[in-house]
Amino acid sequence: MKKLSKSARGSFINYGIVLVFFLIFQIMLSMGKLSSSFSGQLIPICTYVIMALSLNLVVGISGELSLGHAGFMSVGAFSGVIAAACMQNSVEASWIRLILAIVIGAAFAAVAGAVIGVPVLRLRGDYLAIVTLAFGEIIKNVLNCLYIGVDSHGLHISMKDANALGMEADGITIINGPMGALGIKKISTFASAVILILIVLFIIQNLVNSRSGRAIKSIRDNRIAAEACGINVMKYKMMAFVVSAAMAGAAGALYALNYSTVVPKKFDFNTSILILVFVVLGGIGNLRGSMIAAAVLTVLPEMLRQFQDYRMLVYAIVLILVMILTNNRKAKDMLGRMKAGIFGKIDHRRQTNE
Amino acid sequence: MKKKLLAMLLATAMVCSLTACGGDSAGNTNVGTTDDGAADDGATDNNVAADDGAAGNDTAADNGDSAGSATTGSSLLTGTLKLGVIGPLTGGAALYGNAVDNGASIAVDEINALSGDFTIELNAQDDEHDAEKSVNAYNNLKDWNAQAIIGCVTTTPCVAVASEAYADRMFMLTPSASATSVTEGNDNVFQLCFSDPNQGSASAQYISDNGLAQKVAIIYNNSDAYSTGIYQTFQNAADSLGMDVVSVTTFTDDTANDFSVQLTEAQNAGADLVFLPIYYTPASLIMQQAASMSYDVTFFGVDGMDGILSLEGFDTSLAEGVMLLTPFSADATDDMTVSFVNKYQSGNGEVPSQFAADGYDCAYAIYAALSYYADKNGGYNVDGVSYQDLCEILISVFSDPSFSVDGITGESMTWTAAGEVNKAPKAVVIENGVYVGL
Repeated sequence: MKKLSKSARGSFINYGIVLVFFLIFQIMLSMGKLSSSFSGQLIPICTYVIMALSLNLVVGISGELSLGHAGFMSVGAFSGVIAAACMQNSVEASWIRLILAIVIGAAFAAVAGAVIGVPVLRLRGDYLAIVTLAFGEIIKNVLNCLYIGVDSHGLHISMKDANALGMEADGITIINGPMGALGIKKISTFASAVILILIVLFIIQNLVNSRSGRAIKSIRDNRIAAEACGINVMKYKMMAFVVSAAMAGAAGALYALNYSTVVPKKFDFNTSILILVFVVLGGIGNLRGSMIAAAVLTVLPEMLRQFQDYRMLVYAIVLILVMILTNNRKAKDMLGRMKAGIFGKIDHRRQTNE
Repeated sequence: MKKKLLAMLLATAMVCSLTACGGDSAGNTNVGTTDDGAADDGATDNNVAADDGAAGNDTAADNGDSAGSATTGSSLLTGTLKLGVIGPLTGGAALYGNAVDNGASIAVDEINALSGDFTIELNAQDDEHDAEKSVNAYNNLKDWNAQAIIGCVTTTPCVAVASEAYADRMFMLTPSASATSVTEGNDNVFQLCFSDPNQGSASAQYISDNGLAQKVAIIYNNSDAYSTGIYQTFQNAADSLGMDVVSVTTFTDDTANDFSVQLTEAQNAGADLVFLPIYYTPASLIMQQAASMSYDVTFFGVDGMDGILSLEGFDTSLAEGVMLLTPFSADATDDMTVSFVNKYQSGNGEVPSQFAADGYDCAYAIYAALSYYADKNGGYNVDGVSYQDLCEILISVFSDPSFSVDGITGESMTWTAAGEVNKAPKAVVIENGVYVGL
């Protein structure tokens, strides 16, 4: 353990947290101790954890405020659903279909990320935030008018309406405009979701601690200095952005294949902001924090169902309280003392040098 | 200190919500004749629900006839049914979810007051008009041991929940999710509303049969599943009927504040009827703008148009001559509707919409189905019955062609095995600010 660097130790703790989370809930699930309310949320939790991790790569590591992350999620969701539907008859094992759907979802989202990244990443600060927001809405509106069906001749695509697809009698409409994808076969499983989290964590943590990751962070900290050192700013920004988009796409495919229906409206501005909230509350640039924040904030609204009509009010109050407490110097000091008390040594929070 | 204050605040809120459904037990005995191990929770349920029954007793006498012919209280049916409601109680579609919840509550109060032997415990869970939240709400109701579900109110969440319920074998009766995808392949899901194809093709059929128009224009919301669904079936029916559709224009939720482009196109194409398969809020704007363009045209709506007369700040004279197909009108003069509208108005301070009526009929339809089953089998006790067993019973009753329900949204409603309701669509026209049947 001593040979490991501090960052490597952090990485292994993150893997450990995910594995412990998986083992606890998997055991409870197999023993039937988990309420159906909670077991139904396991896959959404994993999805949002991946979304938070991937957005943290853009917002925390690369330092660009992106407000359209749900757009990439929807690209991944819909392309994953189409892929899964097309393979319905040709690929027998559902787990192979799931893997292929996730890979295809990630690939399409990466392409979308590259297409959007080229113009967007030339902008900085607020301008970049607003343009990503606009792109997120554009993706949503394009998906709203997209009709895709499959029959014996292959895929049919239309931007007009479902009647314009001109399918054979055996054709199935996979995506029906604003009605979204209907009749999805649910193939996502908790285990596959956890494996995807581990893969995403592995990619991000290795990227961050690599040569490229240091270049990305140097651009975040001082763009001019980084450029003067000969770092290709556009290349490294694109790298972070596209990797993040691909992971959001994978999360989207996982999410969509957990429900029998998914609509473009789901991936609107609110969802993008929700994911940003996970990142901000968990700590910008802090992977472990955003993972925990995503899990807790996904479960919280369900735990608050007993408050009925006041549920959302209580949820907002909790958000504000967490925001205040995590940014309060006194609270931080107290947390630091508690930590010191537990570990028996002073362990300064590394948030600043992360 | 802040935390303490907050904790106290939350604690008070919880206490309030607890007392709302608590109250002193009136010493009721367990009327259920349970023969399995579920007697314990059956007994506690009975006590809670019996309070409701007792509280509503004074109104029982005067609303006895409002239950309808098929739903006259069956003394053979006993026990307490745990009925879940899923709908958007918060967010943009909250209007619909709350209406269904309120309507169903009125029906449940009436049913509980009927005999006292059979009671219903209602639990409404919020889904925010979102598929993910809806599945969460459904799972929450399952943890509460719900035996059947009224829901979901909106289409997209309903599709998501329907497949979960299908896998679990939980019975669902949706008040207002009108897409065919809700019932398709799910034998456990039944609709109380017209399905989209029915509405779209019935509208086209009606316009064609009555020779209402030579040239038809359509304006629909292409970001909305309901609107797009009706448009597609209307278009198909119009094509096969040889109707001349001269203009099809769209809008989205984000652009639902100016319709001059769509109306100008319809006007230039010479349309003499505009079909609006949309909700009443954008429809009211379309009528206002058409009036200001002095474009004199007949508007034809579907059930989403219901409610336009009670819209605040809307000049109802603009809606003169508007025709719509709707299952429910609050101005109807039959006893059932009058009693429901009065109760709804005194309880909620507003005229009930079609959604409230759907919720009301849903609760009665489930009650009627259980009564029907009890009558046939010489008695039935719902206490402790698993939702799987109840699901099979309800499916068999609902798909029985001799089972029919008289409700406020239609007389002698029957269901097909596929889950669609059969009832006559009522076409009404707005004259002098009220609905007049056609």
